[in-house]
Amino acid sequence: MTYHKRFDGRAFDEVRPMSAQVGIIPNADGSARFQIGDTVALCAVYGPRDLHPRFLQNPGTGILRVHYNMLPFSGHGDRVRPGGSRRSKEISMVMQNALLPALNLKAYPNTVVDVFVDLPQTDAGTRCAAITAAAMALADAGLEMTDLPCAIAAGRVEDKIVVDLNYEEDSFHDGCDIPVAILPNTGQVTLLQMDGEISRDMLKEAIGKAIEAGKKIYQVQKEAIKNSFAKGE
Amino acid sequence: MKDEILMENKSIVVPGEVLAKGMSFLPGPGTYRRDDVIVAKKVGLATVDGKVIKLIALNGTYLPRVKDKIIARVIDVLMTGWRVDINCPYSAVLTMKDATNEFIPRGADLTKYYDLGDHMLCQVVNVTSQNLVDVSMKGPGLRKLKGGRFIKVSPYKVPRVIGKDGSMVSMIKKATGCDIIVGQNGVIWINGDPKAEVVAVKAIKKIDKEAHLSGLTDRIAKWLEEAK
Repeated sequence: MTYHKRFDGRAFDEVRPMSAQVGIIPNADGSARFQIGDTVALCAVYGPRDLHPRFLQNPGTGILRVHYNMLPFSGHGDRVRPGGSRRSKEISMVMQNALLPALNLKAYPNTVVDVFVDLPQTDAGTRCAAITAAAMALADAGLEMTDLPCAIAAGRVEDKIVVDLNYEEDSFHDGCDIPVAILPNTGQVTLLQMDGEISRDMLKEAIGKAIEAGKKIYQVQKEAIKNSFAKGE
Repeated sequence: MKDEILMENKSIVVPGEVLAKGMSFLPGPGTYRRDDVIVAKKVGLATVDGKVIKLIALNGTYLPRVKDKIIARVIDVLMTGWRVDINCPYSAVLTMKDATNEFIPRGADLTKYYDLGDHMLCQVVNVTSQNLVDVSMKGPGLRKLKGGRFIKVSPYKVPRVIGKDGSMVSMIKKATGCDIIVGQNGVIWINGDPKAEVVAVKAIKKIDKEAHLSGLTDRIAKWLEEAK
């Protein structure tokens, strides 16, 4: 069997339609919304702020805490049980690792920057959407960053390399999903996970395609941040 | 290779954006050099000043600097002074010695001088590498602030709230008849007739929102005229 046409009719390297907005939560220090297809990520950043409990404080640098949360009726299939799960904890951790290389919190010892990402509606690619939204919100909070991380999944469905998988493709029996986060200006990869099986050559191709698509997402991020300042009356 | 500037002057840039190429340019505040290019570290307005590429940050939290006049709030009474909140990730300490010229006897009740929740205009006298902050009440105009209301704006918008030589704040003072003190940490004290206070708060919130747009003073003057 070969995968002739994607389930939603996109080209194989076509990203779902994206939209982004910065500064959506007035009480947060920084905030952003990122939508890709039917996946929506809302992110609020608080901090740098006082860190308690005190044993977590690091006198050398501020720390980053990420909270990833999928809302109960956000996805396909079963209701997600509210509150943390093993999955959300893992994703919070990989998100932290994906964002931290771009952040410089040395000027804020003993403090914490809290990143909260909620996903009210999901259609696969949530960790990527969450990282993309978090990067915008961190920039909106005025933090020092060397780059603006962005993330996208690539993968395999049967014999084809596809970019930005939706839930149907993600859960397809013969496939593979590879979320990739990059720092678009240096090309560093800060997140690379894989779920499924793929050949060595296809893996290389998939990562290449993801990095290429990441640059499109970076443009959307950049525009959203700039637009947040352009308005007025 | 040719050295060139890769952004428009006074345009808004995002972290990671390449601002200029070539070793003949120097990275100013808010930027850094990566290989032969100069890159933005924050969201802000990028400007070219001769050979230096500068970035004026547009948002962020307050970081205390020595000599800043700020508005603080007492959050705890210590053995030898007061712990005050200065609208930043770190709290500051006001010691007895820096608080008053009066003689405070041993074992005196410090809440007689400054109680929990009291606000004061004070000055930063020391900041350590770990951001431990000392403030003082000794200096012209430094005092306890009684009555009125306190609002917060982004510390990066404070220069716009004050205006050139205090033009903006004195305009609001004149229009509303309120007493206004603007702390460098983004806390603003407004004291006057309650109705006038509301107008002043709205005016300041408007400045906070539109600080990066040009023609601000004229717009605020017009708005105050209409609000009367």
